[in-house]
Amino acid sequence: MSLLNIENLSLSIGATPILHGVNLTVGAGEIVGIVGESGSGKSMTALATMQLLPEGSSTTGSIRFQDHQVLSADDALMQDLRGDDMAMIFQEPMTALNPVQTIGDQVAEGMILHEGISRSEAQHRAENLLERVGLPADRYPLSRFPHELSGGQRQRVMIAMACAQSPDLLIADEPTTALDVTLQAQILKILRDLVAERGMGLILISHDLAVVAQMTDQLVVMRHGEVVEAGPTGQTLKALAHPYTAQLAAASSHVPARANPPVLTAQQTRPALVEVQNVSRHYGQRRASLFQASPPVKAVDDVSFKLFPGQSMGLVGESGCGKSTLARMVLALDAPTSGDIVLDGDSLVNSETSRMQGLRRKMQIVFQDPFASFNPRHTMERAVAEPLHLEPKLSKSDRRDRVVASLEEVGLTTAALSKYPHEFSGGQRQRLAIARALITRPRLIVADEPVSALDVSIRAQVMDLFTQLRERLGLAYLFISHDLGVVRATCDEVLVMDEGKIVERGPVGDIFDHPHSEAAQRLVEATPDLERALALRNDAA
Amino acid sequence: MMIFILRKLAWALATLLVASLFVFAALEIIPGDPAEVMLGINATNEAVTALRESLGLNLPVHERYLAWISGLVVGDLGTSYTYAVPVSELVGERIVVSLPLALLALLLSTLVALPVGLYAAARRGGAMDTTIMAITQFGIAIPNFWFALLLVYVFAVWLQLVPSGGFPGWGEGVWPALRALILPAIALALPQAAILSRVTRSALLETMGEDYIRTARAKGLSRRATLWKHALRNALIPVITIMGLQFAYLLAGTIIIENVFYLPGLGRLVFQAISARDLIVVESVVILLVATIILINLLVDIAYTFVDPRLRANRA
Amino acid sequence: MTFLRTALSNRSFAIGFAITALVVAMAAISFIWTPYGVDDQRVMEVGLQTPNLSYWLGTDNLGRDLLSRIMVGARNSITVALVAVIIGVGLGVPLGCWAASRGGGLIDEALMRGNDVIFAFPALLSAVMITATFGPGAINAIIAIGIFNIPVFARLSRGAALALWKREFIMAARAAGKSAPRITVEHIIPNMSNLLIVQATIAFALGIIQEAGLAYVGLGTQPPFPSWGKMLNEAQTMMAFAPHLAIVPGLAIVITVLGLNLLGDGLRDVLDPKLANRRPAEGDA
Repeated sequence: MSLLNIENLSLSIGATPILHGVNLTVGAGEIVGIVGESGSGKSMTALATMQLLPEGSSTTGSIRFQDHQVLSADDALMQDLRGDDMAMIFQEPMTALNPVQTIGDQVAEGMILHEGISRSEAQHRAENLLERVGLPADRYPLSRFPHELSGGQRQRVMIAMACAQSPDLLIADEPTTALDVTLQAQILKILRDLVAERGMGLILISHDLAVVAQMTDQLVVMRHGEVVEAGPTGQTLKALAHPYTAQLAAASSHVPARANPPVLTAQQTRPALVEVQNVSRHYGQRRASLFQASPPVKAVDDVSFKLFPGQSMGLVGESGCGKSTLARMVLALDAPTSGDIVLDGDSLVNSETSRMQGLRRKMQIVFQDPFASFNPRHTMERAVAEPLHLEPKLSKSDRRDRVVASLEEVGLTTAALSKYPHEFSGGQRQRLAIARALITRPRLIVADEPVSALDVSIRAQVMDLFTQLRERLGLAYLFISHDLGVVRATCDEVLVMDEGKIVERGPVGDIFDHPHSEAAQRLVEATPDLERALALRNDAA
Repeated sequence: MMIFILRKLAWALATLLVASLFVFAALEIIPGDPAEVMLGINATNEAVTALRESLGLNLPVHERYLAWISGLVVGDLGTSYTYAVPVSELVGERIVVSLPLALLALLLSTLVALPVGLYAAARRGGAMDTTIMAITQFGIAIPNFWFALLLVYVFAVWLQLVPSGGFPGWGEGVWPALRALILPAIALALPQAAILSRVTRSALLETMGEDYIRTARAKGLSRRATLWKHALRNALIPVITIMGLQFAYLLAGTIIIENVFYLPGLGRLVFQAISARDLIVVESVVILLVATIILINLLVDIAYTFVDPRLRANRA
Repeated sequence: MTFLRTALSNRSFAIGFAITALVVAMAAISFIWTPYGVDDQRVMEVGLQTPNLSYWLGTDNLGRDLLSRIMVGARNSITVALVAVIIGVGLGVPLGCWAASRGGGLIDEALMRGNDVIFAFPALLSAVMITATFGPGAINAIIAIGIFNIPVFARLSRGAALALWKREFIMAARAAGKSAPRITVEHIIPNMSNLLIVQATIAFALGIIQEAGLAYVGLGTQPPFPSWGKMLNEAQTMMAFAPHLAIVPGLAIVITVLGLNLLGDGLRDVLDPKLANRRPAEGDA
């Protein structure tokens, strides 16, 4: 008999249907992956299993867990099951832990509740568990509070908490999406080992096919609240029988077609568009004690590089390596502590305000979060036109012409002009953000994780757009990303940053195929890759 | 932790210093000579000169300020012109009425508000929650001194359960004194309790929507257990903030409400002083109350660090 | 107008709006008409009357019509509270926004410490000092309440502005070369206007209670101009035999404040962007 058996599950919240006739089976000790894009209903399936659905939800169908019918179980039974027989790990490690309780107490809480053991015994076991997930007590005592830990460390605490009772079923909902690739690899390894060690069944929810291909035995593909395809992971991903699965696989390893050869630094005889010269950025720290000043944090430490016209330069590194700080300085939104940045012959550090306006016209920015990058109260016409502030005043109709031209570049029509940001989808908004960046006809666009918040199919389209625009308009990009696949597909060269320094640089193929620096090796190794993962599997048909 | 408290203490002292400058300056800019103002238009020249002398008005401004502030530090508030006794003595007699009243009201409002807010939050959307919220909506709208008038009418005039005013003094024993303070304290406390219970409820409900509450539920805790073990402590942070602010209101309210109950507190003293133009008494009472409010704000800041570990100095 | 129609479907807003409109209308009408002269003392002919058909709310011991006095008193309450809110918003919001635009610098610190100092002076204490210095008057109440409103709005707008400054659309505006004051006017203030409107109604309600308190202890509006707080003070000694003298002005305060609070609550729900423009279901993204 299987551990979990979901049959014909339908769910609606209020009047909105969320799931339609979902079927899913998890055997004891089996790892099942659920993949799908946003709105596919993968998280809601998990929450329904735990009976932690938002208020106003109504469900039909059947969820059998062991010999219990979850949908008709009362609170008391569910409370016995939760944390003891079934447990869950959530996506957002920054908010999923209680900020005012020590990690020791939070890990011990479930044991005290379910096993009735004493606090000291529970604490002792919590200590062992935390050590098991890589938080040894001599460096991370139980008395730590969540805010004293990084995102990756907090996710380890979450795992320790969920595995405390060795539940029969563990559900992990995008457990690594908020983390960078190296942390992702570490967390996935811990999960895989613990599940094997304790014979737990695991449902791993992810938007990333490569992660699922690495980790799971069975695969369930969901879209719009329905199961599209289900089967053994290797077989399903190699056969790609269902068109939607095939589309997901294609999109996740998409490489935009390029007409021009890559722009390589070694071959350049032209003057550089951007020249970053020995730039450092230090931040003062708050004093930790009365008697000694803390040393400043070196966010960026003596960095130099050149970026040529029409070149697409990737900037990669783990979170906190200083890549965003560097990007802000290139955009003159932050000033270096020392060093200089020259754009097209003019210093960004020493130029007067009047001259800066002209310089800013030559560089624009595209952000990660398409939801946050527009003022919700401005129409798109006004929002896209905002950088025109940098140019001499235009008449109203000239202004509109410029906006329309910019929209056309990114494949949108004049219908967008009078709409507000919330009327667009994420992908459309990212196009609008690019339109806004293009309006001053810049020569450089700094893109800070521009596709990482997008679903894979939209991501592929936006990557294509970036590539086409570069070839058509001769733009240079500084492309920040933690996703090596995206950088490899869209950039000519790459800079690898670690602890504020550039530790390796060169053409993307060279770096990613033969990384030399430790940081680059770490990144390459940790990056999930669909083909590599499938090649390693032995369950392919 | 220690450094945090020391920093807060330093800021509190600096705030008090600036506030004292304000109070001093306010009475400096008085149109005309303070001595003449205090004595009124019928005063003789000799009397004015004598008063100027005794107030130290002949000294330059900064010396007068220094004398005043150093007097404050050692508890010498000067001599009241109208009462002809040291102001510290006057204030001392009155503060034992006003401060216990404000504290009693704070205690009462907290004791009522926290359970009510918790109860309403636990039964969100239910009939009791709706009723409680409607009552508190009224409670917020009621001025405390008007509520006091109604209480006097019902309990003192009509039912004759408590005295309608006056204060026997603590010398007569604790019970008669408390009996005289109970109606004023209720009048002060209930409108504040209405605000505080709404804040408690909404803080709890907001916390109950946080991700870590879902984590706790996933561990197998019941809704009630998550409320007690996880939501309550997190919700205390905004509740403490409001309590700190409320104390300032309660202190101001005390001064008003003493007039309803004819209590011989700082409020009565300051209004008598205003009509008698006894500026030294006004100045002293104001700075004393300001100091109390600053002290309470300091305590609130320190209380935060016990509730919220994120405010303690980083150990990492 | 479409806004008003949607808003009126919110029950709190509808009730609050109706009450507030009624009080404002009452105050406005009092300029041209009151049932009886406000200061017509007819101790002998009329005397003290409980509410009846000719005097809907009764008369006081001097034979003055209470309804007329309540109507004129509303004028006073509204003016004082409104001007105090305008002072708070007019000074507090620019200060808070300025401090936030300097995020964490010396100016920010100085402004916030200045706020702490003002916070230590509840309106009553300021009024005590002002009255002791300049003598009593309605203007004292306005200044005292207004001063206390400044840090309330400064803190609120600083907090909201700090959060907004971290948003990506502000970064985009900075990348477009816009200056901090211009970004504040174009992006920051419009995006916190909901918060400010709600806080303004709360401050307005609080101002009415505070004004009544100050007038009650003689630090605000002076007789013979009628004010609700002063009427309560005069009623105090007659509580035993004429409780309506205290109940009527008290109820006027409670109803007005209740109306404003309901209006504020309703506005909070109506203006909440989380409820108003929900993000569309992410079908294609």
